[in-house]
Amino acid sequence: MPREDYEVIIGLEVHSELSTKTKIFCSCPTEFGGAPNTHTCPVCMAMPGTLPVLNEKVVEYAVKAGLATNCEISRNSKNDRKNYFYPDLPKSYQISQFDKPLCEHGYVEIETENGPKKIRLTRIHIEEDAGKLNHDPYGRGSLVDLNRAGVPLIEIVSEPDLRSSSEVEMYMKKLKSILEYIEVSDCKMQEGSLRADVNVSIRPKGSSKLGTRTEMKNMNSFRSIVRAIEYEVDRQVEVIDNGGTITQETLRWDDVSGRTFSMRDKEDAQDYRYFPDPDLVAIKLSDEYIENIRKNLPELPESRKERYIAEYSLTEKEANILTASKYLSDMFEKASKICGNTKAVANWLLSDVSRILNEKEWEPDRIPFAAESLAELITLIEKGTISSAIAKKVLEEMFETPEKMPSKIIEEKGWVQISDEGAIKEVVLKILAANMQSVTDYKAGKDKALGFLVGQAMKETKGKANPQMLNKMFVEEINKM
Amino acid sequence: MNITDLTVYELKEKLDKKELTVKQITQAYIDRIIEKEPDVNAFVTPLTDTALEQADKIQEKIDNGEISATYSGIPIGIKDNICTKGVKTTCSSKMLENFVAPYNATVTEKINAEGMIDLGKLNMDEFAMGASTEYSAFKKTRNPWNLNKVPGGSSGGSAAAVAAGLVPWALGSDTGGSIRQPASFCGVVGLKPTYGLVSRYGLVAFASSLDQIGPITKDVRDSAMLLNVIAGHDEKDTTSIQTEKKDYTKALKNDVKGLKIGVPKEYFGEGINSEVKAALEKAIDEYKAMGATVEECSIPIADYALATYYIIACAEASSNLGRFDGIRYGYRTPNYESLKDIFVNSRTEGFGAEVKRRIILGTYVLSSGYYDAYYKKAQQVRTLVKKEFDKAFEKYDVLITPTSPTVAFDIGVRSNNPLEMYLADICTVSVNIAGLPGISIPCGVDSQGMPIGMQIIGKHFDEETILNAAYTYEQRVKFRDKYQPEFKNK
Amino acid sequence: MEVSKEEILHIANLAKLKLKEEEIPEYIKNLQDILNFANIVNKAPIDGLDTAIGAIDNYNVFRKDEIKVFEDNKALLQNAPEQEDNMFKIPKVI
Repeated sequence: MPREDYEVIIGLEVHSELSTKTKIFCSCPTEFGGAPNTHTCPVCMAMPGTLPVLNEKVVEYAVKAGLATNCEISRNSKNDRKNYFYPDLPKSYQISQFDKPLCEHGYVEIETENGPKKIRLTRIHIEEDAGKLNHDPYGRGSLVDLNRAGVPLIEIVSEPDLRSSSEVEMYMKKLKSILEYIEVSDCKMQEGSLRADVNVSIRPKGSSKLGTRTEMKNMNSFRSIVRAIEYEVDRQVEVIDNGGTITQETLRWDDVSGRTFSMRDKEDAQDYRYFPDPDLVAIKLSDEYIENIRKNLPELPESRKERYIAEYSLTEKEANILTASKYLSDMFEKASKICGNTKAVANWLLSDVSRILNEKEWEPDRIPFAAESLAELITLIEKGTISSAIAKKVLEEMFETPEKMPSKIIEEKGWVQISDEGAIKEVVLKILAANMQSVTDYKAGKDKALGFLVGQAMKETKGKANPQMLNKMFVEEINKM
Repeated sequence: MNITDLTVYELKEKLDKKELTVKQITQAYIDRIIEKEPDVNAFVTPLTDTALEQADKIQEKIDNGEISATYSGIPIGIKDNICTKGVKTTCSSKMLENFVAPYNATVTEKINAEGMIDLGKLNMDEFAMGASTEYSAFKKTRNPWNLNKVPGGSSGGSAAAVAAGLVPWALGSDTGGSIRQPASFCGVVGLKPTYGLVSRYGLVAFASSLDQIGPITKDVRDSAMLLNVIAGHDEKDTTSIQTEKKDYTKALKNDVKGLKIGVPKEYFGEGINSEVKAALEKAIDEYKAMGATVEECSIPIADYALATYYIIACAEASSNLGRFDGIRYGYRTPNYESLKDIFVNSRTEGFGAEVKRRIILGTYVLSSGYYDAYYKKAQQVRTLVKKEFDKAFEKYDVLITPTSPTVAFDIGVRSNNPLEMYLADICTVSVNIAGLPGISIPCGVDSQGMPIGMQIIGKHFDEETILNAAYTYEQRVKFRDKYQPEFKNK
Repeated sequence: MEVSKEEILHIANLAKLKLKEEEIPEYIKNLQDILNFANIVNKAPIDGLDTAIGAIDNYNVFRKDEIKVFEDNKALLQNAPEQEDNMFKIPKVI
């Protein structure tokens, strides 16, 4: 049966690290990096006798996330232990939530080709992150660093409502954008602060029975997720078409070879033995508490988008791109405010900045320079200090040396625009002398010839001549002839 | 005057009047330990080497007026599952034989802030699982009243050390009777406070929802005094309760007129030794004579409570003891190639048989397919137990039961029969399940001269009433004046 | 309550304990004895009763999100059976 005859069913468990200052159950910093085991204490090292104390911000952030994704917030919640042995899990249980998550029954909306689609969320719960295993440089063993152990996470579980890798990508981007807007997570995928477990199954179109699913764990780039889903769907189709059956199992996606591998350890049938953590007391949230958080929710991407369309006459598409990333959107607003030219800022972000990001396969939050730099770049163009052509080169430099302001780059590179009449005239005369045929053509009514002459003059000046002045002076000089 | 016979109250009086120095007191205890510890085996890690040095320092501070704490210079012994920074905390397990905690338990901080002198870490059943201290991986503690008998458990080292005069008072921990039952076996006073009154931070967890630290002392006044030191809210333990600071010694009124005592008949039935029963009945008569009103009542949960206790305690323990995996601290097997070997062999070799039995039981009752039948049911029974006690406390101020169905038994007779050992907890576990305070005080001896314990149970956070009830009885019968451990060896 | 050999080995595996062949019958017997005894909870009049997680009913005990650095970081690794570069060393995990 061809692949098109199968329906792809995907559900996601997205883990997002919360941007609290301290860990979920102790007062150690959550800051990324740091020498191994320096962001630790007896609690997150699971020293005998230690006890967890829940960080109030973790509850608040999870409720924020729940409200921003249309969830119902549980009035009665609790923490449960998920028991399993692994060297990155110092207590041999993870404190998570089992049957009473903080948030349930939400949804987020994505824009598909066929219009908006609601992706239902089963739940959002809080839990702790595990530590990290490093490899001993001499290959003799593994080394456990517990700096990440106890960093707060929310797990956002979707219903199996996603039907393609592109829907998954849209959904993930939407979630990322919401979490960034409400400022509960920085969602830095390269640091693992946003990652997903992807459950994939297929079934013949028209069938209502779910197929057996496989799970790919800990995916932390959009590109890998898309590739992995495509690969896994193909694999499942092939297995079924060859008369085989899909085994429910956990797979590991390998980005280098572009395929999935089974992680199953036959000896270790899992049974997490969830039970309520007796070291922690119940969480009971009042209507007042929840309403207070709802009232203070920051502007979400949807409403920002509408505002951009209304206030800045951006198209829906433009507004969509700008607001998809809070980082980009914030940069847009800040740079606009500084330079006062909203349209120019939007154009630069949507065209040249986006192009460079695409080339680098970077998310907008990796734009290395500040909004102030972009604003200055635009002001320099407006003042005629540089041409748009030079500005593009300056932008490239801004990605390389983000600490330098555009004016500094221009100065160091000697890219200041030539606006001196004498100098311009000299160039114009030189070009005219060498291109008499174009003069004739122009006089004969071929306007394109003027463009050619200007282009030659720009080449001669390495793009530094003021194009308006060139234009004006060519016309003047030709008319004199 | 024999210094080690004095209560802490008396020691403090003599210190205040400068009739004794900290050094004299400490020296007397060191001498006593040298003399009697070989018989009793109460210590896992004695700190007699550093105690005198500590005594000098504290004496100096007292002399210079730098310490104004109430119990500066009073020695103490600490059960070896309470973390003490820089000193080994072994839980009497091979697993933690060389473990030095990098931090102090909250109660240890409080003891240190008082300027008490730590005489050492006391023996116990491994990870507090047991009722005889025979499950210690290191040594068997003997009962000072008869060296062939167990001191009870799991705080057997603490109770035996207090009874033998090796320490003036001690800290124990009680999950299902581990303070009260050894106190009863050793003829001393053991108090399990209300769950949440004393911080558990730094107590190596056996069963988190049941564990509580408490004092083991020579008499009731000392118990109230030590409770004053250790009680109080701790932000490091979310299950510790915000309560007003009390002076429990003020509750000791030596008067029980009008006190309403309930005597639940379920604790006097089959399985309770007749001499124990007789001693209790006599004690209850004393209460009547002192003006209390006594009534027989029924709390029909005793049968379920013990089963519930073992399900909940073992379930929690199976998870709490997961952290002993041979990676960050504790015993690591020398026999390994893979990571799995480290987990499995370290745990298999590092834990003793009883600990493993309980981990297996706890893992079983939490495992898929059995959770509802055991763990969930047990949690519902827990609600039932609480309700039944609530009902009883609508009518009575305190409840009186035996602490243990029997007096101390011979070393070795029960250690190979786990279920029989579990039955030793029948009178005490429901108090932990309901989170109530309970105190055990001696109320006589049997025909062989072994002490019998009476348990007085109170309402949540009403330690005052049970302390006063215990104190008033103690003042009347003066058990300590009549009976002293004899270190018999027959 | 019958506990099979397969079941006790599964439980031991979950608990990361190894039972020697000769110990298995004893472990099975102990577990069965205690389960038979514990089965009494199924006779308790608990219809409609809530489960109780702990002995007390307090709730919402939280901590402020304020950093406190543990002062004796060195002591955290002093008990490690094996360490390298301030990390706990274990056999290679793939």
